[in-house]
Amino acid sequence: MGQAYSTIAFDPAKCDGCGKCMTACASVKFDSTDTTRSLIQIVRSGGARIEPPRPGEFELALCRQCADPKCVTVCPAGALGKNGATGVIDWDASKCVDCLLCTIGCTYAGIALDEHSGRVSKCDTCEGKPACVPACPTGALRHVTTARIYNEVGSWEDLFAPGLAGCQGCNTELLMRHALRRVGPDTVLATPPGCVPGMGSVGFNGTTGTKVPVFHPLLTNTAAMLAGVKRQYERVGRKVTAMAIAGDGGASDVGFQSLSGAAERGERILFMVVDNEGYMNTGMQRSSCTPYGAWTSTTPVGEHTRGKSQDAKNLPMIMINHRCEYVATASTAYMEDLYEKLDKALAASERGFAYLHVYSPCTTGWRFQSALNIEVARKAVESNFVTLWEYTPESGLHFTRPVDKPLPVTDYLEAMGRFRHLSPEQVEHIQKKVTENLRFVRKIAEQADEQ
Amino acid sequence: MHTTDYLIAGSSHAALEAINAIRMHDGEGSITVVTRDPHRPYSPTVLPYVVSGRSTPERVYLRDDAFFTLNKVDYRSGCALAGLDPAAHQARLADGSTIGYRKLLLATGASPVVPPIPGIDRVDYHVLRTLDDATRLRAAMAGSKNAVVLGAGLVGMHAAENLVKAGASVTIVEMSKQLTSGYFDEVAAGMIEQAFLGNGAKIRTGHRVVGLEPGPEGATLQLDNGDTIPADLLLVAVGVRPELGYLDGSGVATERGILVDDAMRTSVEDVWAAGDCAQARGFFTGTPVMNAILPDATVQGRIAGMAMAGDPGVKPYPGGVPLNTYHFFGRHAISVGSAAVPEGGRAQVRFDAASGRYLRAVFDRDERLTGIFGVNEFFDAGVMAQLILRRTDLGPLRERFFAQPLATGRELMSQLWR
Ligand SMILES: Cc1cc2nc3c(=O)[nH]c(=O)nc-3n(C[C@H](O)[C@H](O)[C@H](O)COP(=O)(O)OP(=O)(O)OC[C@H]3O[C@@H](n4cnc5c(N)ncnc54)[C@H](O)[C@@H]3O)c2cc1C
Ligand code: SF4
Ligand code: SF4
Repeated sequence: MGQAYSTIAFDPAKCDGCGKCMTACASVKFDSTDTTRSLIQIVRSGGARIEPPRPGEFELALCRQCADPKCVTVCPAGALGKNGATGVIDWDASKCVDCLLCTIGCTYAGIALDEHSGRVSKCDTCEGKPACVPACPTGALRHVTTARIYNEVGSWEDLFAPGLAGCQGCNTELLMRHALRRVGPDTVLATPPGCVPGMGSVGFNGTTGTKVPVFHPLLTNTAAMLAGVKRQYERVGRKVTAMAIAGDGGASDVGFQSLSGAAERGERILFMVVDNEGYMNTGMQRSSCTPYGAWTSTTPVGEHTRGKSQDAKNLPMIMINHRCEYVATASTAYMEDLYEKLDKALAASERGFAYLHVYSPCTTGWRFQSALNIEVARKAVESNFVTLWEYTPESGLHFTRPVDKPLPVTDYLEAMGRFRHLSPEQVEHIQKKVTENLRFVRKIAEQADEQ
Repeated sequence: MHTTDYLIAGSSHAALEAINAIRMHDGEGSITVVTRDPHRPYSPTVLPYVVSGRSTPERVYLRDDAFFTLNKVDYRSGCALAGLDPAAHQARLADGSTIGYRKLLLATGASPVVPPIPGIDRVDYHVLRTLDDATRLRAAMAGSKNAVVLGAGLVGMHAAENLVKAGASVTIVEMSKQLTSGYFDEVAAGMIEQAFLGNGAKIRTGHRVVGLEPGPEGATLQLDNGDTIPADLLLVAVGVRPELGYLDGSGVATERGILVDDAMRTSVEDVWAAGDCAQARGFFTGTPVMNAILPDATVQGRIAGMAMAGDPGVKPYPGGVPLNTYHFFGRHAISVGSAAVPEGGRAQVRFDAASGRYLRAVFDRDERLTGIFGVNEFFDAGVMAQLILRRTDLGPLRERFFAQPLATGRELMSQLWR
């Protein structure tokens, strides 16, 4: 399997050209205040405009640590090479003969002459801790370390059967496989009726769809059964993770009583909800998590009704009121965030009840193209339609992906068919609800900060 | 008879890029490399630094044995291609054996031209193209007092500087009126000349050597004006030319080099050529040219490898653009593109005597960059080459571009190909 690497990402929309990254780089690398020596160069693209205008006035000249580096192919001295472990294009000062050919090879101005030393210089990502990133006050520079997940997870055992019968473009398979890989083989899994067993977790023809013990409780008793199984294991002295992967219907409607009970008793289980905002597996009926205005087969669009006429229940906020060991919301558009939360939930489930609520767009039921699942998930977060946060009784609630400049909610609504019929009044209602929800969660987050 | 899917003749830049490109698309097809050189791959470009002692022969190799094992390449050094039978898909080697191939790449580079000066066969002289040449030259340089370099191209000039720094009295003899012609214009060449003169070198431009005699120290050169110059070390660096004797009778079309199309295909089926041995389309002329530079060898090697492996991602060769970098006595010179001013176009020049910064940029009638040349003025040559290849209309930006080629080039890059 290939290797993934960490990278420095730049968001031109956030860069205001302050140049603090260059100051930091010149100082760390050359102990100099001369920003022309910085290995990261912020370039004003506006002045030289010859193309139609684009958002953002600033761009970047920085080595991309190419996978197919031209600088390496033209170096006659073997002084440049890709480091297989870090992905960085390493420069060997002792082999370099200062011929400058690499500056011909690179089309990105990633390696250039440092006139002070007379030698070429290029970014080496500061051994994995780039000094420019923390120096950036606007968040335009980010050090993306998601690569860790792909490298690590790729080597863990996939505990689901190779073929799962999900709809085209569904991200639940991604979620199931990643989550179970992380939780590992010492797991007992409960998958109540919904898309997850529908896709094949409970198996076919007498064999399970997982490589761990899996059972198929009723919608109503998932948390109760799982708690019982976990207690029995504890009684015989075996350490296993008791995990549920349930839909929002099973958790927020008929299954809520047993879920609430298990959380209140502090059962040591990990309860993951895949929230696709309805009973999608059985034909797209509404649930208490379906948002206002959404079309479902039981909230049709016609002469009398225009989609669901009630607002969604905020289940994760309700779970906080059980003072669980851990409660978090997550999204497959932010895998790094999801992984961190999965790690914490797993650890918390050894002490008490851990609840992880994953927002999961449904290509079939929400009506969007199968290639756009992650895009829709991202827009939900970027418009604050959903918020990503985590909670523990000790430190309270904290946003993990705060959105500075939220997209208008219409950007999200227009991304799918189930909201196509909305009237301006309905859109206004939804935008208000988004604001109100955000205000509510923020209040609780602020109170956590005051502690 | 040994047979192979891909046979590659040569082991330098063009060959190494072709191996990468083939393996990117075809992980299994057998690859055999036959090369005349007895060593592992290295670059001719690094040799001046072996001569100067900046680098050493052990440190210049571009690949180790593990690379060939990992990429399943049968690497045969000291094994020159001697003949070709394209109809039978067979190559004959210098030791008399034959190899059958499915596809063949000729990446045999170029060799120094040795001019037919009367008496040259009776004197000892050096050339610089192989690692063994470099080792030999370095040894000779240590004891040299009177050295003569024939030819003022970049190879000759670089060697001359090494000789000056090693303490020899050095004379550079060049047929044309100007040093480094073809790389740099008069002004830049004048700066280079001043630097050499200032460091004690003698320069005899506009002169031809008409005879060579064995002399008391080594050789005595006779110039066309009757002057004689004694030399205990003579370096011949008047240019390079591919040695293509192995193609005799093969039907592969050649002119000054092996003629290739934009996929590096020769006139004969299943035979490709790339690098210094190939004569491919020139970007400016549109006609086949020799563009014997390292970056172009890698580009051509890549295209050839992709085409040979049937990689659908292969893009046609955009045409060769001259690209050079050169250091002399602590200064640097960069040249990108063509020095000639196209019809209706213009050249802009600036020179700052205090800092020694010199810049010349050439634009065509549509305000597109066609060449840029600097001494002590750094700009990103790779970015400039892209501006030329993309035929970028600089329009109203031309003045600013000329004032600040580094910054403006990067700005354009950030809009056009990020
Ligand atoms: C001293 C010096 C300095 C240079 N400086 C620069 C520079 O600054 N910038 C720049 O761009 N370029 C420079 N060059 C040119 C550059 O090195 C070449 O353009 C480049 O090496 C071409 O690569 P290639 O693979 O085509 O051929 P080459 O590098 O010439 O390699 C040819 C290969 O073919 C092998 N071979 C030859 N004949 C046969 C045969 N019959 N059978 C099998 N194998 C054979 C050789 O052993 C060798 O491995 C310089 C060259 C020299 C000599
Ligand atoms: S220097 Fe340029 S070619 Fe080399 S890795 Fe960096 S961006 Fe890529
Ligand atoms: S300047 Fe150094 S790193 Fe760049 S190509 Fe030349 S030898 Fe290689």
